Amino acid sequence: MKKLIATTAVLAISASAAFAQDVVRMGTEGAYAPWNFINDAGEVDGFERELGDELCARAELNCEWVTNEWDSIIPNLVSGNYDTIIAGMSVTAERDEVIDFTQPYTPPDPSNYLAMSMDVDVENAVIAAQAATIQAGFIAEQGWNLVEFATPEETVAAVRNGEADAVLADFAYLKPFTDDGSMVLLERAEMIGGGVGMGVRESDGELRAKFDAAIQSMKDDGTLNALITKWEVASTW
Amino acid sequence: MFNYCVDPASLEGLTWLSCYLTTGKHMGLYWSFLTVLALLAITAPTALLFGFAGATAARSHVGPLRWIGKIYISVVRGVPDIAFFLFFVIALDQGFEWIRHQILCPDWPDPIRQGNDFIVCQQAKLPLSTSPQWVHEVYGFFVAALTFAIVFGAFAANVLYGAMRAVPKAQLETAEAFGMSRAQSFRRILVPQMWLYALPGLSNLWMILIKATPLLFLLGVEDIVYWARELGGTKQARFTEYPHGDWRAIYFFGLLVFYLCFTRVSEIVLEKVNRRLLKGQATIGGAP
Repeated sequence: MKKLIATTAVLAISASAAFAQDVVRMGTEGAYAPWNFINDAGEVDGFERELGDELCARAELNCEWVTNEWDSIIPNLVSGNYDTIIAGMSVTAERDEVIDFTQPYTPPDPSNYLAMSMDVDVENAVIAAQAATIQAGFIAEQGWNLVEFATPEETVAAVRNGEADAVLADFAYLKPFTDDGSMVLLERAEMIGGGVGMGVRESDGELRAKFDAAIQSMKDDGTLNALITKWEVASTW
Repeated sequence: MFNYCVDPASLEGLTWLSCYLTTGKHMGLYWSFLTVLALLAITAPTALLFGFAGATAARSHVGPLRWIGKIYISVVRGVPDIAFFLFFVIALDQGFEWIRHQILCPDWPDPIRQGNDFIVCQQAKLPLSTSPQWVHEVYGFFVAALTFAIVFGAFAANVLYGAMRAVPKAQLETAEAFGMSRAQSFRRILVPQMWLYALPGLSNLWMILIKATPLLFLLGVEDIVYWARELGGTKQARFTEYPHGDWRAIYFFGLLVFYLCFTRVSEIVLEKVNRRLLKGQATIGGAP
């Protein structure tokens, strides 16, 4: 009897240890609604919160959410402060050199310009973008006038106070700012980026495979499309 | 928080404000004030300790000890704070993990550095990746406090080094004439008197330390500036029950008032300490 209890205890401990080993820390920015933001209760919320929780459930992982500034989100992943980046990050060749990406969970979408009026000529205007984004990279590549900010909030504020003429960002982020009619989306859109995926360390192939499989299963049964539609973040698959 | 907060859109004026200011998010802001105060409460004495050790080492008669003290003072003072905070903290964290890795997983076959990745075994992770979120936060906080203490300790060391040299030589000669050893005269004569000369420099450091606390966010600790920016940002009706425009100016004004009050209180306290130290000293300020 004693032996039985002891074995059960050992089993219980090793089982919980195995379970606890699987804590995956999910790094996000928390300032890019509807992708990810901090809700009234002070918790991470949004499309990627719901998606991440579902992916973790399917991959049978125990996930924790962490926020980190956009600027240092890749260095902190690489040095092991968290295990994934799930922060509306588009898959690009430059990023792929430093980290690995899962398959994209939203299709490539054009980026849009938000301005105070429709008559902005983007090629000769001052364009605001968040630093270290594909949008900032695009403007710089074109050789147009670019002002960069650390947070998305500041890019929109720059247009409102006249420092910049337009801001280039994801449609889903910009759309709510047009709701009260004070700002407009320009007709021009830029086709940049290769869809949004989760970032993982290059040495973490196993974790990447788990999330890849989970994303695939959500694509197959249509739940991913339902989630995209619910949060209006992108076009569907 | 309150029962009437179920449907904030229907509320107005003060009732709305009372609900708005008690959301979970605002609790995060209030907590962060405590975080900042706790950081100061821990950092200030630790930095003073580092400073004292640095200054004592720098005036030591033992060569290597003196070099360590002098190198600490000049190198840390010479590196920009922001570079120090961005580089040093990651290095410190990785250094801890590396040491634990060497001790806990001696048989680990893979290299620790794989390209850009820094990989230690699961048991060597600090904190363990299995630990709850609050452990990560507390750990981050202590790494931050340690970094602040090292940086400000170097400045404090320089101030104390100067203060030790400002104590009149005649005092020490008298102590020697009374038969005190070097250690005794250091403890009984030099240290008690040097504070008077150190105080102006130390009070400067304290003020700078208060104002340097927003650097916390660089270290991943959610401080008051982070929350002010987060709470003040535009909130769309779709994502919150309390939609509002760009209120960052209001929140940052609140921070301004907080910092001004805090530094003013510090000034008053430091002035009192100064007056006490001056008592009975043969200086202009100490004259009755």
